[in-house]
Amino acid sequence: MGNNVIKAENLGKKYQIFHQKKQGANTLGETVAKNIKSVGKRVLGRASTSNFTKEEFWALQDLSFDVNEGDTVGIVGKNGAGKSTLLKIISRITEPSTGRLELSGRVASLLEVGTGFHTELTGRENIYLNGAILGMSQFEIKQKFDEIVDFSGVEQFLDTPVKRYSSGMFVRLAFAVAAHLEPDILVVDEVLAVGDAEFQKKCLGKMDDITRKDGRTILFVSHHLPSIMQLCKKGIYLEKGRLRSSGPIDDIVEDYLSNGVNVDTVFEPLHKDNQLAVGFERIEIVDQEDKPTAEFYYKDKIRLKFHLAIRQVKHPYSLFVMILDSFKRRVFAAETAVLKSETILEIADHFLIRGNYSIHAFIHIPQVIQIDVAEDVCQFSVLDSGSEFSRNGNYDYGVVFGKYEWIN
Amino acid sequence: MNRIIIEPGKTEKNYWLDIWRFRELLFILSWRDIKVRYRQTKLGIAWAILRPMLTMGILLLVFNRFVGLNTPNGQPYAIFVFAAQLPWMFFATALSDASNSIIANERLITKVYFPRIIIPLSSVATSLVDFLISMFLLFGLLAYYGVEPTWRLLMLPVFFLLVLLAAMGAGLFVAALNVQYRDFRYIVPFIVQFGLYLSPVGYSISRVPEAWRPLFSLNPIVGIIDGFRWAITGESVILMQLPFWISIGVIVCFLFLGVYQFRRMERSFADLI
Repeated sequence: MGNNVIKAENLGKKYQIFHQKKQGANTLGETVAKNIKSVGKRVLGRASTSNFTKEEFWALQDLSFDVNEGDTVGIVGKNGAGKSTLLKIISRITEPSTGRLELSGRVASLLEVGTGFHTELTGRENIYLNGAILGMSQFEIKQKFDEIVDFSGVEQFLDTPVKRYSSGMFVRLAFAVAAHLEPDILVVDEVLAVGDAEFQKKCLGKMDDITRKDGRTILFVSHHLPSIMQLCKKGIYLEKGRLRSSGPIDDIVEDYLSNGVNVDTVFEPLHKDNQLAVGFERIEIVDQEDKPTAEFYYKDKIRLKFHLAIRQVKHPYSLFVMILDSFKRRVFAAETAVLKSETILEIADHFLIRGNYSIHAFIHIPQVIQIDVAEDVCQFSVLDSGSEFSRNGNYDYGVVFGKYEWIN
Repeated sequence: MNRIIIEPGKTEKNYWLDIWRFRELLFILSWRDIKVRYRQTKLGIAWAILRPMLTMGILLLVFNRFVGLNTPNGQPYAIFVFAAQLPWMFFATALSDASNSIIANERLITKVYFPRIIIPLSSVATSLVDFLISMFLLFGLLAYYGVEPTWRLLMLPVFFLLVLLAAMGAGLFVAALNVQYRDFRYIVPFIVQFGLYLSPVGYSISRVPEAWRPLFSLNPIVGIIDGFRWAITGESVILMQLPFWISIGVIVCFLFLGVYQFRRMERSFADLI
């Protein structure tokens, strides 16, 4: 049905990683050195680059797919599979290194909530600014202004600078603007992860409306599988920059979930960034004898071993770990200060019930910055044979073993 | 429905049409910069008046009082200086703002698509507001010193167009290169600083030996300043002569170079920034 609005043929994206390249502010010495290097390169052709190890990295390769008008397509894949790169190419932020992409109609991308918001400006002013940045005309914004304000629920604070907003209010307002975009193709990255659950539902509902009523096309990336399944009818599964499968969303999610288990008990970043003050080197799952394992009995203690590369300890970095269940819901969280390059988190026995789990971990300075992240890695499963509930068969008895007592 | 085809290394067919479609964004971004610029300042918009007045005062003090320079045709030195200061300050602010603009808007570059050229152009447009305020000051000065404007003032828009093009050309060129080579963060303030002395703002072009003038005019602002002075005070030294055309030539070259360099690099901004 419908006609092709997105047609990708052999898309590929190559990044070059210079290992001595530094990000952010360059010092004068480096600048000069870089200049001499670039002058030298121009004079000598490509001869003199040996001092700087250059590595090629294909974020996407040989990717071909079609999207029809009115399709809602969920893109799944592990971290580093190329989901975000694909969205960036479709939203024309970066150009592909190989292949060809045809787009029909207006594309709007929502890769971040509140892109272009200026904290010094008021909520009212930011609606106009953000709307324009996302591609709405002033006329369009004026028309929808009341609707946007209504949706956001920050009416009393419209004339307050956004810097005085709570983060919840900020997200609401930013999302309200974005939700009223009416492009032909809407590209959405992991933005629903922020904001409270109720508001998320409201946004999903709004996006659902947009596609159903107006036949718009949506491409949606999220780690939150339930919302992908709610919103999307089709799916694309990327693995290591290539297309693994595409088709009806249920099949894709099933493929994704079944492929996720038993594969990676060890996580190592695809390319380690040597600039990070603290970064993940390796995360592995082991049992109490320090043997790598992916399957545990409910009576076992589960150990998560974090190997970190600590290059600077100027700031109070902390390691934040969340255990996700098979629906990528967060079961619980643990946090510790980053002190040693190896640290072990032991999960108590008689705690997780049977099921598949994975880890979402990041290193951050609380409320300031997140410097490295390992999303949805290290799958493991917990088996339950012989617990007090196991005689109930496949009955869903919750997420964790509760701690309780019957008092008679 | 318009069909867009994206292929590596291929330049956009309807690039200039796209800029037209995003023209509102250009104004909104400048409006944002203007709104934000004087937030949390005590004097607010008064700075837009104070800055040019103070600059003029100092140049007047140094070149007129200390050094003892005077205008060739007996016009007030304040107006003589201010006429040159108009294009120079516009060029200097537009160039410094534009050169940093892409880096300052990193978030936009990596998260949303629109023709990137909008960003430096909006910086130039922002500087326009200061220029217009200075124009009002000029009329105030003319009234204060009792100088009657002549028909020549009608030519001012032409010379303004020249300085606008000069700022756009240099601004685009530096803005693009600045993404990859942050060296320009150091170079631009330097250019602006010594440019004030290498441009005849505080003194007359007639002070420059005639043999040196063609070389001197490689600085495009030289020709423009002569034009502004001619339109406002009636005094011109090189207008319609070889040095003037050299300045114009440099402006045109820079404009082409700037647009070319910017368009060549903008596709990789998101990867380089």
